[in-house]
Amino acid sequence: MKVGVLALQGAFGLHERVLNRLGVAAVQVRTPQELAEVDRLVIPGGESTAISKLLDANGLADPLADRLADGLPVLGTCAGLILLAAEVVDGYPGQHCFGAVDVAVRRNGYGRQSESFSAPIEVEGWESDFPGVFIRAPVIESASPDVDVLAELDGAPVLCRQGSTVVSSFHPELAEDDRIHRWFVEQDWSTGHRWFTGHE
Amino acid sequence: MAAESMTGRETGTPLVKRGLAEMLKGGVIMDVVTPDQAKVAEDAGAVAVMALERVPADIRRDGGVARMSDPEMITGIQEAVTIPVMAKARIGHFVEAQILEALDVDYIDESEVLTPADEAHHIDKWAFTVPFVCGATNLGEALRRISEGACMIRSKGEAGTGNIVEAVRHLRSIIGDIRKITQADSAELYDWAKHLRAPLPLVREVAETGWLPVPMFCAGGISTPADAGLVMQLGAEAVFVGSGIFKSADPAPRAKAIVEAATNYRDPHILAKVSRGLGEPMPGLEIDGLETRLADRGW
Repeated sequence: MKVGVLALQGAFGLHERVLNRLGVAAVQVRTPQELAEVDRLVIPGGESTAISKLLDANGLADPLADRLADGLPVLGTCAGLILLAAEVVDGYPGQHCFGAVDVAVRRNGYGRQSESFSAPIEVEGWESDFPGVFIRAPVIESASPDVDVLAELDGAPVLCRQGSTVVSSFHPELAEDDRIHRWFVEQDWSTGHRWFTGHE
Repeated sequence: MAAESMTGRETGTPLVKRGLAEMLKGGVIMDVVTPDQAKVAEDAGAVAVMALERVPADIRRDGGVARMSDPEMITGIQEAVTIPVMAKARIGHFVEAQILEALDVDYIDESEVLTPADEAHHIDKWAFTVPFVCGATNLGEALRRISEGACMIRSKGEAGTGNIVEAVRHLRSIIGDIRKITQADSAELYDWAKHLRAPLPLVREVAETGWLPVPMFCAGGISTPADAGLVMQLGAEAVFVGSGIFKSADPAPRAKAIVEAATNYRDPHILAKVSRGLGEPMPGLEIDGLETRLADRGW
């Protein structure tokens, strides 16, 4: 299995590091050819406006939309969540949102950098909290009933799944905790969803 | 300063501060002097803007004392864009930094481009919730700034010259010494710490990890897509472009081209494509002819 990390801009190197720690071969994706060769894709945190423009510049917007429509398993964190959402409230004009997960997000909904924070996240079915790091993070303002909300913080969803799309408003790549990545790469998405319990 | 709320939320921790620098990697941070320029930068795909009153080329031309920008101008830029907004404080001027923190800027650049306020001390950056970036010309300087709480390092280069040679010198110096340290044995690390005038624990960390404990970006003299490609291939993790965009003949396409170059820095075909027809770059300056070397500021 080949896991790609969208490497246009942002924390793609940190995602690669986590995947390598898990013994998974991760490849950087910057071109349509590279996208065509991966079995799973991670869309990292970064600036969603910049990543959105670079998707156009590198000719990736249509191929990515096609692969998502075909059910490519994808993990999107922070900016990745914004790109995968169905709606960006008060979004940047022309910003891509691919609608792979039926949520509405507001960019920088948790505030500017002074309000960036870390907080323990209680994940459904897990024995211990996940260390959530929120950097100028987007808020998920609403989620359709078709979306599994796996964790919430102060009433807002922060970790969700729909089909083979997993999104978080925080940055698992910044944590010394590989459980979300491990679940994403180990799950057999073709046979339906099995929630990972967070321990061996 | 790190703080914990009643709900268990912690702000201003080293991880939260470094986190934003991690999110800016692979991107371009652009100097802007008006809200309109900030919009041009955002439209071109900048990951952040640096709000200041004069770009370094003009500071160099005008002379005199260069200070923190007018808060009104910084607020105007914050209202114009949705990407992070950074601003500069003078070296050692912790009250300018307090004011910038009160304005809720996303990153403070304790910058040699402004006239230093203290000839011996940099700001104690641990005392702030807002993260800081600092310039460095060599590894010792980088580690001293990190020991004071900097969460991002940028190689200094020579700002406002449009000349990449100093940026290359500083990057090669920092990365070259990192490579040497990873080959040193444990006894040699004491000597490295003395030689670099840097704390031993940070020298040990560099020896173990082969990199700085925080991201390292490049600044000072980048004016073409090829310049961005050069410093990224040398090891910079993102680029700051100061005068290079808005002192060029046609800023918007050049800004977009440098953004695409920072992403596709290893692909000469894409670099060739984005370098086409950009018009005149900013006029450059020879380093030997400079009256003031900004990179010499900082201790």
